[in-house]
Amino acid sequence: MNLTLKIWRQKDSNAKGQMVDYKVTEISEHMSFLEMMDVLNEQLVNSGEEPVAFDHDCREGICGMCSMYINGEAHGPDRGITTCQLHMRMFNDGDTITIEPFRAAAFPVIKDLVVDRTAFERIQQAGGYISVNTSGNTQDANSIPISKHDADEAMDAATCIGCGACVATCKNSSAMLFVGAKVSQYALLPQGQVEAADRVQNMVAQMDLEGFGNCTNTGACEVECPKGISLDNIARMNRELMKATIK
Amino acid sequence: MSGFFKSSIGRKVAMALSAFFLMFFLLQHLVINLLSVFSPEAFNEVSHFMGTNPLVQFALQPVLIFAVVFHFIMGFILELKNKKANGVSYAKNNGAANSTWTSRNMIYSGLVVLAFIVLHFIDFWIPEINTKYIVGDMSGMHNGEYRYFHELVEKFHSPLRVGAYVVSFILLGLHLAHGFTSAFQSMGATAGRKKNLQLIGKAYSIIVPLGFIVIALFHHLTHNH
Repeated sequence: MNLTLKIWRQKDSNAKGQMVDYKVTEISEHMSFLEMMDVLNEQLVNSGEEPVAFDHDCREGICGMCSMYINGEAHGPDRGITTCQLHMRMFNDGDTITIEPFRAAAFPVIKDLVVDRTAFERIQQAGGYISVNTSGNTQDANSIPISKHDADEAMDAATCIGCGACVATCKNSSAMLFVGAKVSQYALLPQGQVEAADRVQNMVAQMDLEGFGNCTNTGACEVECPKGISLDNIARMNRELMKATIK
Repeated sequence: MSGFFKSSIGRKVAMALSAFFLMFFLLQHLVINLLSVFSPEAFNEVSHFMGTNPLVQFALQPVLIFAVVFHFIMGFILELKNKKANGVSYAKNNGAANSTWTSRNMIYSGLVVLAFIVLHFIDFWIPEINTKYIVGDMSGMHNGEYRYFHELVEKFHSPLRVGAYVVSFILLGLHLAHGFTSAFQSMGATAGRKKNLQLIGKAYSIIVPLGFIVIALFHHLTHNH
């Protein structure tokens, strides 16, 4: 496949970026999108140009590092995948592909397609954990009975990899699917009840502080989420916050 | 509690609560307007009751005005906050791939409805308040009979006004097509999985605006001479 790429280039966080056109040739349809980017970068390095900076790590859809807004969609035109799982067979020979960084005021660009997603870390630090003494005397988790339904829903919420596709795709740059998932995975389990009220209040307060937008229930986040995190988690977070406020 | 309504989720809840009140208001308004099609006498009676009952006038009416003003001011505030949260715009954004047009354009459908409410206030509410509380005529009578039905019919003579009504109510329908279930979702209901709720939302967002349109067209066509 021969492709034209329109890629956002930005030298550093202070620079004014712009879209730059590149041509890549002989791309195999079996390549992942990141491998196609590797081909481009090899080409750029060989010709003495600065390679395109992009985030990636595990390349098997679990670390949540690879981002990119491809042809107007987070992680490109396929469902339930990260960019490393996007294959070039989703495109046609001669296509022009637009590649941009995830956009949100709370996700500032560091360089080219790399954005700073540490806002998510700070939200997690505000309450996305349970306080348990792990000094060797922890009890067996299975000794606490949990219904299959709740365990499954908690597990589904916990599959969130914190990639930020929900924020990138949201017209309001809202982080509610991410925070909803992180609140839900504990709200559904007995171990999470002890700190439930503080958790949701502190995480929502941190989310607002980071400058994420307000959810208007368009549902775009749920569609673009590589892990299929459901909007139900946002509804649960709303209930948890109301409960915590009344308490 | 004041902290709750300052949070992003609290604002959503406040939007939803005002929306519930407005949706309830719309439904009762439609029922009363429907009377004008079937029985001008009954329409006059109910209009007089609603226009002179102290509970409706001094309890429900202020709540309604507050809900309308609150809903659009908060809508604007949220829109501005969300625009600020966006940062740099995408060069290419395929919103249609993952969300409905109605859900992405609530601010525009809302603005059309707001413009309609301004027209509606000038048409009905301001003259009504003037007659009742400034002129002081609480009788509801004109030339020996109730004035309400006549005032309604008179307003629908102009094809321009009827046209504006039709367009506004279509946009209201689009606003409700997303807004109805969205309000429940904001209140913590898992609206995406509740098929009955979605069905009721669809029915409401079609039937209510269509009802108002049919009433306007009915009076325009039957009394236009």
